[in-house]
Amino acid sequence: MPGLLLDGTRVTAFIDIAGVSLVYKGAGGGVLALQDTTLAVQRGEFAAVVGPSGCGKSSLMKLVTGLIPPDKGQIDVDGARVAGPLKIAGMAFQNPNLLPWRTVIDNVLLPLEIVEPHRSRFRSNRKAYVEQAEQLLATVGLKGFGQRYPWELSGGMQQRVSLCRALIHQPALLMLDEPFGALDAFTREELWCVLRDLWQKIGFTVILVTHDLREAAFLADTIHVMSARPGRVVMSKRVDLPRPRDLDIGFTPQFVEIVHELRSKIGEVRQQS
Amino acid sequence: MTSTLERLSPWLFTIALFAIWEFVCRVFSVDPFILPAPSAIFAAMVQYWKPLLRHSFVTLWTTAAGFALAVVFGIVLGLIVGWSRTIYRGLYPVMIGFNSIPKVAVVPILIVWFGIGEVPAILTAFLISFFPIVVNIATGLATMEPELEDVLRALGASKLDIMLKVGIPRAQPYLFGSLKVAITLAFVGAVVSETIAANAGLGFLMVQAGSNFQMPLVFSGLLLLAVEGILMYALFAEIERRMTRWAFRSSMSAAT
Repeated sequence: MPGLLLDGTRVTAFIDIAGVSLVYKGAGGGVLALQDTTLAVQRGEFAAVVGPSGCGKSSLMKLVTGLIPPDKGQIDVDGARVAGPLKIAGMAFQNPNLLPWRTVIDNVLLPLEIVEPHRSRFRSNRKAYVEQAEQLLATVGLKGFGQRYPWELSGGMQQRVSLCRALIHQPALLMLDEPFGALDAFTREELWCVLRDLWQKIGFTVILVTHDLREAAFLADTIHVMSARPGRVVMSKRVDLPRPRDLDIGFTPQFVEIVHELRSKIGEVRQQS
Repeated sequence: MTSTLERLSPWLFTIALFAIWEFVCRVFSVDPFILPAPSAIFAAMVQYWKPLLRHSFVTLWTTAAGFALAVVFGIVLGLIVGWSRTIYRGLYPVMIGFNSIPKVAVVPILIVWFGIGEVPAILTAFLISFFPIVVNIATGLATMEPELEDVLRALGASKLDIMLKVGIPRAQPYLFGSLKVAITLAFVGAVVSETIAANAGLGFLMVQAGSNFQMPLVFSGLLLLAVEGILMYALFAEIERRMTRWAFRSSMSAAT
């Protein structure tokens, strides 16, 4: 949302979703997925979106990355109206979706074969890109796994590769749709830390869609709670826990209180549906 | 021990089948005109090895030519059909309808168009075998994970990019899986056409032998057809295994 700083200059949020509505056209008529959703994310901010299932969280991701246009309202990213695929976003989903015929390193390099300016330089610069990918893999604890195939890796490792693929073209924005939803509890917490470290090191903007409230509270600066369908943002909660956070923070009263508050809010919106 | 037995079992079963056949023919003294015993069939094979070999090669090459056409045409059509949902939906009923027509019924038309000879056999082999290739490629493309498509589209990938980077490699196991089915179908098509109108080929040889009441020779033709069918299937199964090793490995690791 446009706002005023103390010195009077206007600032615009990095991601500015203003009054967006979205209707899904199905066989049985349209379903209102999002209604009058308004949301702002600052540059470098880690935002989490939580809500009951079917509240249009995933639609929100597609809207922000420009994969589908809104029926009403507008979305601005980095000061420009979104009118098509964003190209500055990396995406990762619950399913790692790696290509089984490519090695880990070639999976990570895939976005560079698509997105400019890397695309036209890819052949001549391949060596540098491979090095870059290997460094990124090392950051997520997969040093030396580049020549393996995805099916040789565990689920948690595949999800790390998926994160690397989302980040290889150094996107300003990382969109995550329940990326850790299919992992066991220990692996999930491990990957929270991987994501936390990546974010602190590189400093991209994140929108994390999740239904794990502890995940949201541990990772995010701001948590947006969405209502049941038609979805809209009913609460935005700042998480003021000090950084860097480690997993033990989950046992502090402050953390528990945040999770508790989110939980009762979601319970409330689920009641209404 | 078990693995040796397992390796030998296809041979053992085949030999057992022939042994039972021979046994039944002898014990019940079946009229060799109705069902010749394997020994008589093999004797006929040895006696007529020259014409059998010549006609086998004709059938083999018409099959191969028809199959080659089917592969080219099937891949192109499969890519077109798999390209978009609209084309997929639009062409599907037409293709199902076409595939439902027994190809024997088309052979007389082909003969009117192209005359008696190898061309109708090649075309019948082609017509009968392209369908599984088209369907498999289209399925391979259509079952692409939508999220993966989103990842690439969000990067600004064109439809062509997505096809080249994901769709086509992903459709490969489907293609190679369909080839081993298609080659046996092509073989059936070629022989069917040869039995109706040709002047060479195993189908033609069998019809000739039948009208001369040389039943052992008819059955040698049948056996050769079976052997050629097995060899071609095995060839393409091996090609499939080599070309798409990742698909077998990844599904194996997914299963465990």
